[in-house]
Amino acid sequence: MRRPSYIEKYLPILFPLPAVIFIALLMIFPILYTLGLSFTNWNLTSGMPMSFVGLRNFGRVFAEPRFLDAVWRTLSFTFLAVFVEAVLGTVIALILNRTFIGKSLTKLLLLLPLVATPVAVGIVFNLFYDPTIGLANWALSSLGLPQGLWVSDANSVLVSLVIVDVWQWTPMITLIVLAGLAGLSEEPFEAARVDGATQWQVLRYVTIPMVMPTILTAVILRLIDALKTFDIIFAMTGGGPGYASETLNIMGFKYSFEYFRMGQASVILIALFFFVLLCSLGIMKLRSTSES
Amino acid sequence: MKKNILHETLFYLVVIFISLMVLFPFLWMLSSSFKTQTDIIAWPPKLIFTPTLQNYEKVFGEQDFLKYFINSTVVGGLAVGLSLVLGLPAAYSISRFTQRKLALFILLARLMPGISFLMPWYIIFSRLNLMDTYVALVLSHMLIALPIVVWIMSSYFNSIPVELEESAMVDGATRQYAFWAIILPMSGPGIITSVTLSFIFSWNNFMFSQVLSMEKTRTLPIAVYNFVSYAEVDWGGVMAAAVAIMAPAIILTMIFQKFVVKGLTMGAVKG
Repeated sequence: MRRPSYIEKYLPILFPLPAVIFIALLMIFPILYTLGLSFTNWNLTSGMPMSFVGLRNFGRVFAEPRFLDAVWRTLSFTFLAVFVEAVLGTVIALILNRTFIGKSLTKLLLLLPLVATPVAVGIVFNLFYDPTIGLANWALSSLGLPQGLWVSDANSVLVSLVIVDVWQWTPMITLIVLAGLAGLSEEPFEAARVDGATQWQVLRYVTIPMVMPTILTAVILRLIDALKTFDIIFAMTGGGPGYASETLNIMGFKYSFEYFRMGQASVILIALFFFVLLCSLGIMKLRSTSES
Repeated sequence: MKKNILHETLFYLVVIFISLMVLFPFLWMLSSSFKTQTDIIAWPPKLIFTPTLQNYEKVFGEQDFLKYFINSTVVGGLAVGLSLVLGLPAAYSISRFTQRKLALFILLARLMPGISFLMPWYIIFSRLNLMDTYVALVLSHMLIALPIVVWIMSSYFNSIPVELEESAMVDGATRQYAFWAIILPMSGPGIITSVTLSFIFSWNNFMFSQVLSMEKTRTLPIAVYNFVSYAEVDWGGVMAAAVAIMAPAIILTMIFQKFVVKGLTMGAVKG
């Protein structure tokens, strides 16, 4: 074999280099910039020069009830939505995990919510939720139940938003679990059947434990995305009524692009970043344990 | 036997119920887009009505919809194309030289909240006079597309046997030539998967475009959102706009169904 050329020798560095530089410039540098801004009192519109204020922004934001509410709301929204999606998504996958007429059509239908533009999805659900002309209240009243205000009421807004998230993302869990189920080897199932296990026992002691790593990965992926939910909330309520549906992402957006309080906005973004990083570390840990 | 038939009927009823739950918002959106305002605000909601095209005429006539449509296509197309240029060699390198840390580094761009880069971008792009330009939008959408391309392509390259390049290299070809002339021509399915998915995610993106674009480069999701805030009560027009924005992503998904499923699920299934 001929001797590798100079370029070939450094190929493992040269090939990824443009992508790495790009991500460093557009992601790493901005994140560090945000971190830096969090120690300043900079307001983009005031025209005052930036000055170093140490940890004062952190103190002010962390003491603010609006911020603490947003943290709590972000976590409740995320855990409620992902919990329902995980249970519902897995159950649907277990139901669909067999051959039947129309299976590929059903799978195509399941894909559609995943690729539907979230802003538009939010608007369609707003039409459902409209207190006077919406289907949601019509359904309630034809069942003889009292009507609700849905996203217009501070008490029901979060659950109403969770319903939208569940509609859009449960299929994601279903499709991932279905793919995981398809990849399982037949042997343990045959062994269980030979041993006379009932259908329920096979499900409980063979299928679910074997597909669990896939479910967990899907759940963490969803947790990360649910923490960052922005489009449907912004389009449907803008964080309202009042602050009743204001999550960290929405609050950070308002501080950045409506109030232009960049220093305090940075603190909010760092808090969101922290939660996402925590979940991301979880996914990386899962990955490294399953690889070894 | 009887029990079996009952069981099967029940199963198909459940499948139909699941499908209807998934489809219903789409069907309601579609039917409302053909309703007049009177039919939409009718109580109880109307299932049978005389369809009208007036909403579509209004959306495509009065609104600058075509311009936003072109903006979305240009931004998505450029972002995906440039991401392939940066991402394909990186993915090849990750696959062939097992660069796990590098893979995680690029995956971070998919995981981190977009707003933690968006705020600094806003400041920097304003300083550079790049607000409301294709440059700013394409760069921001590349951060959506690039991780998808790298993620999908590195596992696709893993599935191509190394022997193919090695035999070419024994015959005197350089590795970069083997990548270009042997591996890339075999990568059609992987490239289709990553292009479809990253284009859809760019097409649907709201936050980046909402901040970085204004009148000149406004993309479709922003136009649809503005349409609601300006014309609060015109539900028919809004639904027609929603249909128009979802249609391309849904058509792409139908054409490339297998690829889209694979792209969306493989990361998790590989464990």
